[in-house]
Amino acid sequence: MQDVIIIGGGPGGLTAGLYTARARLKTALLERLAPGGQVLTTDLVENYPGFPEGISGFELVDRMKRQAESFGLEIRGEEVVKLELSSEAKRVFTSKETLEAKAVILACGASPSKLGIEGEELLTGKGISYCATCDGPFYRDQEVAVIGGGDAAVEEAIFLTKFASKVYLIHRRDQLRATRLLQDRAMSQEKIEFVWNTVPTKIVGESQVDGLDLKDVKTGVTTHLPVSGVFIFIGYRPNSDLVKDQVELDARGFVVTNDNMETSIPGVFAVGDLRSKLLRQITTAVGEGATAAFAAEKYIESLE
Amino acid sequence: MSDVLQVTDENFEEEIINSEMPAMVDFWAEWCGPCKMVSPLVEELAQEYKGKIKVASMDVDGNRQTPAKFGIRNIPTLIFFKGGEVANTLIGAYPKSHIEEELKKLL
Repeated sequence: MQDVIIIGGGPGGLTAGLYTARARLKTALLERLAPGGQVLTTDLVENYPGFPEGISGFELVDRMKRQAESFGLEIRGEEVVKLELSSEAKRVFTSKETLEAKAVILACGASPSKLGIEGEELLTGKGISYCATCDGPFYRDQEVAVIGGGDAAVEEAIFLTKFASKVYLIHRRDQLRATRLLQDRAMSQEKIEFVWNTVPTKIVGESQVDGLDLKDVKTGVTTHLPVSGVFIFIGYRPNSDLVKDQVELDARGFVVTNDNMETSIPGVFAVGDLRSKLLRQITTAVGEGATAAFAAEKYIESLE
Repeated sequence: MSDVLQVTDENFEEEIINSEMPAMVDFWAEWCGPCKMVSPLVEELAQEYKGKIKVASMDVDGNRQTPAKFGIRNIPTLIFFKGGEVANTLIGAYPKSHIEEELKKLL
């Protein structure tokens, strides 16, 4: 029996693991891939304190992983397929084995939302991307579109100007949601053209993306924009399928907790992007990881 | 010493297409973060399937022809080959158990 099982190896899970391992709680962190999470899609992290020149997403989580392991955190590359959380001994079913723990910390993160329009499914892998840092270099000297208006969309649009000859930033409102500094950077980029008050209605192409059908939300006028790549950054959906009928979720499917990261089930905690909250950042995830670890320790003590 | 064979545009035909053994190729690049979540899994599988499946990786940064030939627009991409033909393709980061299922289909 483990004291704590952490599900997910992004910054929130790794920080929880660092704290529980230092507290000498027997902890296993389960991650379906190698550790990292969504941070790995970030080219340069500029808003994590302590790195005035910025740090690459990979370097940052690699440091977090090594630090947690140095205190004895055990990281297993296993995918969790089912959870039974209601009894005192929590059961975690992976693709290989069944584990039991006194406490479970959910750190499963979130995934990019899809547009849900015609052509998206068909052309995935053929010119549609949810990761500019991965796929941007395939679009050297080509015209691409970025969908969205938040930090991720604007940051990735700026990144794509390194490769693409032109980047259309398509946003459904008449102003961006992104932080001011990113907006200023984007506005000063000659390669970025803003397409305001517009939503994509169809991604067009057969064997590869040829363009986008667009609709002006104010006038209703539809147009076609020829591009060879479409990068979609319209927000995130929580990876909460494993727990959806067990712990309380908010209307969008994120896990509801109190200030101590406790979910609606005693002994089950949630941290990071999976949680229902205002701001999803590495900085907020690590703080929550520490709090959840401490709360889990107190919970385990209360059982004895 | 890694069990993953590094392939290039030059030796792709010889090592993968003409391979006696079925093969899996991991298309990746240094700039790609999610590729780094997959490459350790590929490394483990190379060891576990040694002598049965040829596990290779190609850096798409230094090799442009092969990724273009297979229409690769997203990485990580894993392509599975049997008898020189594409048996399956996995686009994006998948867990080890999922990749392994595809490998077993090649045997």
